[in-house]
Amino acid sequence: MAETMKLEIFRYHPEKDNEPTFQTYEVPFLEDWVILDAINYIKDEIDGTLSYRWSCQMGVCGSCGMMINGVPKLSCAVFLKDYYPDKIRVEPLTGFPVERDLIFQMDDFMTKLTEIQPYIIRNKDEEKPLDKGEYLQTPAELARFKPYSMCINCMLCYAACPVYALDSTFIGPAAIALGQRYNMDSRDHGRDARQELIASHEGIWECTFVGECSAVCPKDVDPAAAIQRAKVSSTIDWFKDVLIPWGKKK
Amino acid sequence: MGKKEMSTYHRPFPNTWWLKRKPYVLFMIRELTSVFVAGYCIFLLVFVYKLTQGADVYGNFIDALKSPSSVALHLIALAFVLYHTITWFNLTPKILVLYKGEERIPQGLVAGTFYAGWIVVSVIVALFVLGM
Repeated sequence: MAETMKLEIFRYHPEKDNEPTFQTYEVPFLEDWVILDAINYIKDEIDGTLSYRWSCQMGVCGSCGMMINGVPKLSCAVFLKDYYPDKIRVEPLTGFPVERDLIFQMDDFMTKLTEIQPYIIRNKDEEKPLDKGEYLQTPAELARFKPYSMCINCMLCYAACPVYALDSTFIGPAAIALGQRYNMDSRDHGRDARQELIASHEGIWECTFVGECSAVCPKDVDPAAAIQRAKVSSTIDWFKDVLIPWGKKK
Repeated sequence: MGKKEMSTYHRPFPNTWWLKRKPYVLFMIRELTSVFVAGYCIFLLVFVYKLTQGADVYGNFIDALKSPSSVALHLIALAFVLYHTITWFNLTPKILVLYKGEERIPQGLVAGTFYAGWIVVSVIVALFVLGM
């Protein structure tokens, strides 16, 4: 074997371990290998008991998120050469309970994603029959929410968020950004339905604008901006309610 | 076979989390600077109050402000308030998302407008103070 690199990987097997341990593996160093390639090599050639999630290997499925030297990243999108010759520490995404090795429990995120109602909600009386065709949208209307629609649910933003790690009741960056994605869609009427959760204490007001959710996002969704913008519109709602109580509530 | 509840491991999240990465340290400094901003606002209110107490009281207050410890405190407050202002201006374009048709107005232009406003106001204040 020519050049090699060391990966220090978080191991936890619930049937025998009370505490996690770190296990170091030596893998070949190849210029074009991403960290996921090295982990796949370990699984295939060194230790078949290593468990982790992965799928597309092209930054689309959002399955292979891991802490790489303490920073949440898609392991299919970071090259070994960027760390060579140092040892790389690989851990499951921060903030989530660990099921086994690099596999963490995502139930909480899935529940929150459902609760935010990330789909178009129409007023019942404004729903048109299928034969009347689609709801048209201008390119300018599309541009308003398109960045927020690029989310791949990889949960890197949750792993970067200290607020979520300290208090997991926080709805969190991706779910709120997806809520905003539909709130800003010209075809949607569901803002009020989502607002109860978004404007709750567990929603936007829990966020302290650390901003790391946006920094680690592999799809440039910018959830931090989505949350701050939701804070602005919720504040405007509040002022409208208080200052113009006779006004028509939106 | 009964379904066994899966046991999961909850990793501790120590209070020192913010020391582990530079962006978190910078965030904590930004949060800390707001204490200085609030403190200086209170100081300015006291300043105005002293002004209402007559020339003697005000004169003594101004003399006290010229002491080395007061100057040092002001310099520290200035550094923190500057950090607060700069980080805030840099974050503003994230919140103030403006479009011209389909095109988003560049973030640099939004932040730049704030910086330009800051410079203009500072120059006016400087001219006012120096002109006295």
